[in-house]
Amino acid sequence: MKKKGAWFLGIHADPPRLLRYILAILPFLLIVIIYIITSDIRHKENPYDKLVPSISNIGKALQKTAFSKDKRTGDILLVKDTCASLKRLFTGISLAAASGFILGVNMGMMPGIRGLVLPFIVFISNIPALAILPILFILCGVGETGKIMLIFLGTFPLIARDVYLAAKQIPTETIVKALTLGASQKGVIYRVVMPILIPKLIETIRLSLGAGWLFLIASEAIASQSGLGYRIFLVRRYLSMDIIITYVVWITLIAFIADFILKKWVAIRYPWYHEKKEV
Amino acid sequence: MNNSTEYILYLKDVQKRYNDKIVLDDIDLAVSKGEFCTVVGPSGCGKSTLLRLILGQEQPSSGKILMTGKPIQLPSPDRGIVYQKYSLFPNLTILKNIMLGKELSLPFIGRRRAKKKIRNEAMHYLGDVGLTEHAEKYPYQLSGGMQQRVAIAQALIMKPKILMMDEPFGALDPGTRENMQLMILKLWEENRMTIFFVTHDLEEAVFLGTRILILSQFYLHESSDKSEVQNGARIVADYPLESFAPSSTKVKETAEFGKLIQKIRYEGFDPEYFQHAARFNLEHSDSFQTLKGE
Repeated sequence: MKKKGAWFLGIHADPPRLLRYILAILPFLLIVIIYIITSDIRHKENPYDKLVPSISNIGKALQKTAFSKDKRTGDILLVKDTCASLKRLFTGISLAAASGFILGVNMGMMPGIRGLVLPFIVFISNIPALAILPILFILCGVGETGKIMLIFLGTFPLIARDVYLAAKQIPTETIVKALTLGASQKGVIYRVVMPILIPKLIETIRLSLGAGWLFLIASEAIASQSGLGYRIFLVRRYLSMDIIITYVVWITLIAFIADFILKKWVAIRYPWYHEKKEV
Repeated sequence: MNNSTEYILYLKDVQKRYNDKIVLDDIDLAVSKGEFCTVVGPSGCGKSTLLRLILGQEQPSSGKILMTGKPIQLPSPDRGIVYQKYSLFPNLTILKNIMLGKELSLPFIGRRRAKKKIRNEAMHYLGDVGLTEHAEKYPYQLSGGMQQRVAIAQALIMKPKILMMDEPFGALDPGTRENMQLMILKLWEENRMTIFFVTHDLEEAVFLGTRILILSQFYLHESSDKSEVQNGARIVADYPLESFAPSSTKVKETAEFGKLIQKIRYEGFDPEYFQHAARFNLEHSDSFQTLKGE
């Protein structure tokens, strides 16, 4: 007979497959149920309650923002906002990833570059990026540049330092081996070390995306004409919880999917990356 | 003494210090083409340091290291290396690992045709080490022994003047290890290679080598009567070994073989036994020694 309790509690627990799925869904289900009950109670007291809109109201908000054209501009708001935001996020993160990668690898491989750049990057990584947002808006204007710069400055130091640490971890043997195979110094950096570090870069981007979203929404909230963050803060004035909730769920979904795609991309394209076996 | 340019490798009065600690002292060594040199010594005696000096990864504190008469600079393709681990690039398939050396030196023009040629050459070497069917796998998918075969092929394709090996079979199980020993002997014969093989396994050293170098810090300095273990390691013995037919490892069971190993253990590994520097066993025809004060 199986030991009692071994399917859930304890360090030797081995939940069956079906139970694993149920366990994963349970917290989500719980939140939704609590929400519906709360909303129901509040609507019984006041049918025009705005703070906890009912599911049908949220459905209407979704219909209004995602499936019908705005009366004034003729755009589909959710699509327009999503495109505007993703463009900023993508540009900012890409710039940060590209420059952080090149700088990180070079710092890891060349002591001279490390001496020049690392202390500076360590220092600027301590600047709270949001605190210099006013400076960015003054210098770059309230258009796209300022927002992209904020995302860039907020994520770049972390990416550079993370890649630098990974580059330093590359065994000396690997580098000497490359040299004995006729690699030039540039060849070692760009043809041997960089390809090894690309999956590490993707992992770092995954971690930086959270910060990227934060800076995106913050900058959109302060000065913008479009974007997911802009919309949320705009409708806040009318207490439109239905639209806010719709947008938050949508943003979370995008972030989750982006993370998932990057994770799968590493697993499929770089199958060797998670194999800890030393070769 | 021969002219130093005739040797593949020529070290004279080489000393290596880290701050005040002398690791290697007064190393004199000449290696001829075609030699299978095995290097043994107590752990921490500086075998790997010597290897790094010859590779050019580190510079000697004093003395000179020449390769076919020219001073050694940084690591370069005329000295191949196979390590115990980290020899392979984890992100490349087996075939790409072997091709890499040749690809790195390709010019921009005519790449495609050249690549095809390199591919064929790599497959040839892959066949030599018996791994043709694993060409498209990644290193992590192979066993330790297979990985070392790839590492050897990867070094061989560059046709180095000397192949350096740093305990290449140290992490393998005994059966695999013997197979690898037979394979390297076969490759050494077929390709007429010069090999510099560092190991801590005396049996392996005697079985493989045509010449054994014992590196040890247990000896008597010529200028004093006390045993000074603080001295850097020196080559305390250097003599030719009988070469064994590379078809069988049976020879390891003979009494003669065992006696030789006992002798080596005594000469280099016994911290109670100190030979005087002037009486080292340097029977090999290439070996020479410059004593201090001469």
